[in-house]
Amino acid sequence: MPTSQAAGGFGAVVRHHLFWPVVALVALLAVNTAVRPGFLSVSILDDHLFGSPIDILRNCAPLMLVALGMSLVIATRGIDLSVGAVVAISGAVALTFIAGAPDPASTTTVLLAIGMALALGLVLGVWNGFLVSVLGIQPIIATLILMTAGRGVAMLITEGQITTVTSAPFKMLGAGYWLGLPVATLVAFGVFALVALLVRRTALGMLVESVGINPAASRLAGVRARTIVWTVFALSGLFSALAGLILSSNVMAADANNAGLFIELDAILAVVIGGTSLAGGKFSLSGTFVGVLIIATLSLTVTNVGISPLVTPLFKALVVAAVTLLQSPAMRRKLLERTRRRGRAAPVAPSDKPADVSTDKVVA
Amino acid sequence: MTPSDAGDAGSTRDARPEDARPVVEMTGISIEFPGVKALDGVDLRLLPGEVHALMGENGAGKSTLIKALTGVYGIDSGEILVDGEPHRFSGPGEAQAAGIATVYQEVNLCENLTVAENIMLGNEPRRFGAIDWPRTRRRAAEHLATMGLDIDPASSLGSHSIAVQQLVAISRAMVVDAKVLILDEPTSSLDADEVARLFAVVRRLRDQGVAILFVSHFLEQVFELSDRMTVLRNGVRVGEYRTTEISRSELVSRMIGRSMEVLEDLEVRTEHAVDTARGKPFVRAVGLGRRGSVQAFDLDVHEGEVVGLAGLLGSGRTEVARLLAGADRSDTGTLSVKGTDTRLRTPRAAISRKIAFSSEDRKAEGVVGDLTVRENIVLGLQAERGWLRPLPGKQVDEIVHRYIEALNIRPANPDALLRNLSGGNQQKVLLARWLATAPELFILDEPTRGIDVGAKAEIQRLVSDLAGRGMAVLFISAELEEVVRLSHRIAVMRDRQKVAELTNTDTVGVDDVVELIASGGDR
Amino acid sequence: MTTLASPRRGAPSPGGVPSVGRRLRVDRRYLPVVGTLVVFVLLLVVGGARYDNFLSVGVLANLFINNAFLIVLAVGMTFVILTGGIDLSVGSVLALSGVTAAYLLQSGVPAGVVIPLVVLIGSLIGLLVGAMVHVFEVQPFIATLAAMFFARGLCFLVAPESIPIDDPSFVALASWDTWAGGQWRITSSVVIALVVVAVAFYLLHYTQFGRTVYAIGGGEQSAKLMGLPVARTKVLVYVISGTCAGLGGLLFAMFSRSGYSLTGVGMELDAIAAVVIGGTLLTGGTGFVLGSVLGVLVLGLIQTIITFEGTLSSWWTKIVIGALLLVFVVLQRLLALRRT
Repeated sequence: MPTSQAAGGFGAVVRHHLFWPVVALVALLAVNTAVRPGFLSVSILDDHLFGSPIDILRNCAPLMLVALGMSLVIATRGIDLSVGAVVAISGAVALTFIAGAPDPASTTTVLLAIGMALALGLVLGVWNGFLVSVLGIQPIIATLILMTAGRGVAMLITEGQITTVTSAPFKMLGAGYWLGLPVATLVAFGVFALVALLVRRTALGMLVESVGINPAASRLAGVRARTIVWTVFALSGLFSALAGLILSSNVMAADANNAGLFIELDAILAVVIGGTSLAGGKFSLSGTFVGVLIIATLSLTVTNVGISPLVTPLFKALVVAAVTLLQSPAMRRKLLERTRRRGRAAPVAPSDKPADVSTDKVVA
Repeated sequence: MTPSDAGDAGSTRDARPEDARPVVEMTGISIEFPGVKALDGVDLRLLPGEVHALMGENGAGKSTLIKALTGVYGIDSGEILVDGEPHRFSGPGEAQAAGIATVYQEVNLCENLTVAENIMLGNEPRRFGAIDWPRTRRRAAEHLATMGLDIDPASSLGSHSIAVQQLVAISRAMVVDAKVLILDEPTSSLDADEVARLFAVVRRLRDQGVAILFVSHFLEQVFELSDRMTVLRNGVRVGEYRTTEISRSELVSRMIGRSMEVLEDLEVRTEHAVDTARGKPFVRAVGLGRRGSVQAFDLDVHEGEVVGLAGLLGSGRTEVARLLAGADRSDTGTLSVKGTDTRLRTPRAAISRKIAFSSEDRKAEGVVGDLTVRENIVLGLQAERGWLRPLPGKQVDEIVHRYIEALNIRPANPDALLRNLSGGNQQKVLLARWLATAPELFILDEPTRGIDVGAKAEIQRLVSDLAGRGMAVLFISAELEEVVRLSHRIAVMRDRQKVAELTNTDTVGVDDVVELIASGGDR
Repeated sequence: MTTLASPRRGAPSPGGVPSVGRRLRVDRRYLPVVGTLVVFVLLLVVGGARYDNFLSVGVLANLFINNAFLIVLAVGMTFVILTGGIDLSVGSVLALSGVTAAYLLQSGVPAGVVIPLVVLIGSLIGLLVGAMVHVFEVQPFIATLAAMFFARGLCFLVAPESIPIDDPSFVALASWDTWAGGQWRITSSVVIALVVVAVAFYLLHYTQFGRTVYAIGGGEQSAKLMGLPVARTKVLVYVISGTCAGLGGLLFAMFSRSGYSLTGVGMELDAIAAVVIGGTLLTGGTGFVLGSVLGVLVLGLIQTIITFEGTLSSWWTKIVIGALLLVFVVLQRLLALRRT
């Protein structure tokens, strides 16, 4: 809406796309602190930082990576439902390789395993990208295929077992610490920061948005739309594989059935809570970052408050509903109407007016 | 369709008596959007049995007024009387129930359904509560017959041309026995034959007593068809006129609210003294073609030359442009750029050879609405450099400001989202996008369609200037008059085939081109 | 307008009888369903050739009995997908309905009260989703995702553990069956599923509501401007899908004689897969409810074949369904490409 300066400073803050997500995060932290006053405190033990905030940062690492790829995919009008399956496959490949290697504890073995898992994740991402950008299949369907078949493939790799290994170097990735901080967090946040920088410092962000907003126009303007779509799916596969490594390293087991189960939904939630529309186009990595923290904090909150973790989905639903409703165009319009009316005591105008002005969002 | 004879072509019948009670009477209609007063105390009255034209530039409030009448928008103040009764519709459904039907510019029917289903949707005859399909199809067929449409009601709507779909949309409007039929830009994608067919239907409905509200950018059509007109400017009603009592230039000056200087701008005529023989052509197509799209054709465009492509809609004009721009791939023939044979497989390939292509479908193939004016302008340039080499911010600002100023883009705010600009200004931003890539051949497909008169004149002048500075231009327009004024040479298309080519001199007129299109070049 | 008098090609004759040309040509819209039918027959042939007793009436009857709940889910999903939406909540709603039914029956509430109540729970969640989608313009994917989490969370609140059902009247209903043509066993769930299919067929093809569903899938803006009740219809499709999920929960409870909060995890994907394999496009506007039924039967047949094979592990089911999805989606895509 063009009249953003109308309501002054506070209005601008409220309308900022990160306002409601940050409010939700602060509210969650406040609830936790109210229940357990020491919630936010961090202590040092064995040269490691300990405390709930650190737990949140460590637990959110896999989701952070998956949501990063998902943000880029969603920005190009896509969606990647297969990330959970890729997480499972990646863990299965790495652990099966390490378990079968003569020396599971050798760094070379671990590096090889990691390399293999990442390469396979990339290949799976490229496969999704091929279906979407070359064959022109709707992303939701194209990735549904791998989502359905992927866990079967992971089972095939682990032969239906839950593969476990003992390998100190591999354990570092998911459970280790460096400079007092969890390695998983450092890896995930590092990748996230790198990509965020890459996206905004180069023209990648603009071109991704352009493809998401109007693919046909972008192609005619000379944007390599196909390559860009292909790239974001490949990246999503790669990041999911890394997430799968962190997850499996954390428990030192590959569970083809349950590793990364529903992580695609959490990732989509995080992206949407962060203010990126599923319709594609404009995206916000900072929003996704906050969204991931909200989801990770929520899970911890539920146990902290003393509710069975099984009920967590209920609270996720409430947070999602609250944030998406507050961000919904209809609600924004109502808020806008209110500030407008307060501003100059204008006659009551029907609220549905500007809704149909934009007939340009064509669902192809 | 020529400017000379169309002036009195429309006034062949007398206007209906104006003392008849208006079927629709809107008084003092005001609508305000956040920050904009879209309509300010506008009056409109429609008499039964008349064609009433609603005139105005883009943004004058024409569509807002229509949407106020049909209940898509609520009104802030004013009164709407239908048959003397006050009404406020809450949506198109209610308006239809009161006998007000609308046919929109983009056909708003469902392509996935059959013709019969589209016509009868929502009004299907029933038996025991269930839709009576045989009767539904029969009634749809009857409605098609009264329109003079010879198509299978069971065929899917998507398999028909836009023109047929437009007529189907009118059939649908008549199912509800509309007293008022609103036609919003119904002819913008029809060719001359189809327009004639549409007008025949409209006249028949008028003679049956239907009040018709007609919106069109084509002045000729308005003068041909309408009995009276209401002119809007900036959300205010300028006046109501009988078509026979207003001249073309009076109408235009009321619409744009400026004196005649802009009208004179419209008369930009390119200097014809370009020596096309000098040097080699910038681009030369020999036997270029694409199956199912356009038959093999030869075409040269030289530096500093405007080549016009004339032909009816669907004649292959756009297809030629798309082949030269790499938007579609050719399957026969050769193309050489500056004497080097090339194959343009993608738009990128064309761009890297300094060929720019502005598509006719601005909304679908040009505008990236949620990006800013700045981003839209540099998009082409940035895409060419690749994502790894972003343009320095300073250079971006310099380019953006230069083009906003040079092309008079309004608002002159680089951070405005492109979708919030008017059609004419969006078009200018798109031209800026292409000019920023410093093209040597600029292919312009319908660059002036659907934009207001002022912007139109500016774009025409720009085309002329670019050629004057040595750029090769391929110019496509449905308005032959515009093609004739701007082009050095004119290639004529018909039935997906290039049928003729003529060098433009001061003696060549629209009639000559029409003659070529009609005769197919073989005299 | 001379065409008024001229004979009209291809138009129905005055009696409304379609012309011969139209009757012979297979309408493009039916092609995907025909494809599904071909796959179904192929699977039957392959199964029949490889295993004895495969082509028995018992196997086919069991196909319906074992998949009755999925048929009902797929029917509801078809409505939603036809409008261009998607419903991810059906698996969780099915679980919620089943758990609630088991819990209430165990607490002594009569079956006559419980049965309509749990179906209504589904309708209610559907109504909430519809309101989110329509009033607040939340994308269907997100709204139903929220509903999915919401229902799953409620399941655990009702009862985290599996509850057996031994209410006599419910058990009697669940175990009622009859034999059609001597050998074809039909249970009460099959009857319910077939009634749901019939009602859905009637709604989609013989009511204005159904036509509006297709119109919205063809173009929501168009449907609105045509004056169709878009808002009401959009809310209603989610209510229908929710109701079907509630009913599906009931059927699943009848099938398993218990309610468990972890049932139906990922079942929404089966329902979506069935609808897509049944020829409905996820973009909306084209597809048939009978195609979805056929899609469910194809999925069931794959499972049956893998069971018959014996040596194949259960995960092959997923891989085969994925591969089948791939084939269908690519074929549909090629079909669409040829059309343009």
